[in-house]
Amino acid sequence: MTSLVSALDMSQPQVSKHLRVLREVGLVEVREEGRRRIYRLNGERLKPIHDWVREFEQSWNERFEALDEVLEDLKAKEEADGDKDEQ
Amino acid sequence: MATRTSSRTAVVTLPTDTQIKIVREFHAPRPLVYKAWTTPELIKRWWHANRGKATLAEVDLRVGGKWRWVMVTPDGLEVAFHGEYRELIPNEWIVYTEVFEGAPDGEALNTLTLTESGGLTTAIMLMQLKSREDRDAILATGMEDGMQDALDLLEQVAAALA
Repeated sequence: MTSLVSALDMSQPQVSKHLRVLREVGLVEVREEGRRRIYRLNGERLKPIHDWVREFEQSWNERFEALDEVLEDLKAKEEADGDKDEQ
Repeated sequence: MATRTSSRTAVVTLPTDTQIKIVREFHAPRPLVYKAWTTPELIKRWWHANRGKATLAEVDLRVGGKWRWVMVTPDGLEVAFHGEYRELIPNEWIVYTEVFEGAPDGEALNTLTLTESGGLTTAIMLMQLKSREDRDAILATGMEDGMQDALDLLEQVAAALA
């Protein structure tokens, strides 16, 4: 909890409120260790959200992999134009 | 000079309920990335994302100028997008509207920002939709596509680097 407060730059009550909502919908789980409350992400509940975005991400990955090839060609062309003597 | 392609992946986040942000790094100087994004014959080579063949890329690259990109899927389905350029800073920044002609009500306002550091260009595309429903519809379009195309392309890229 303390580390979340500093990482998020939010007040402790704000962080508590968000965590309570996340816990209620099952996205995080909490356990108590002495006076500390340790939160962990519930990967199983997060997976549908991750999958949902991942498919969209995948189409952009393919697009950008093709763009990488275009860029390699453009770079090669520039090098050839600027350095015609070599080989 | 083989460069590793597979380590570069697009990162998609949802900053608000009506936004989609896509971030990707390219091993190329910024002017080349801009060129590939704004030159019709180059756009046709990458924009299809292996979902079909890009058949048209019209670009009127000036503020108020229109663009229209069309691809045809293997099933013969025409998938077309068009829009208008709203702001342009060459090699740095493009703001443009985007309409999927299959769902013309869901217009997006896209901002493409290119920054370069040490020969590495970071492209950040922020899509601003009018509603959460529009945003979710755009995200859902990816669901129809399988993983196989991606793996095939990866194999091609790997083979080209070998």
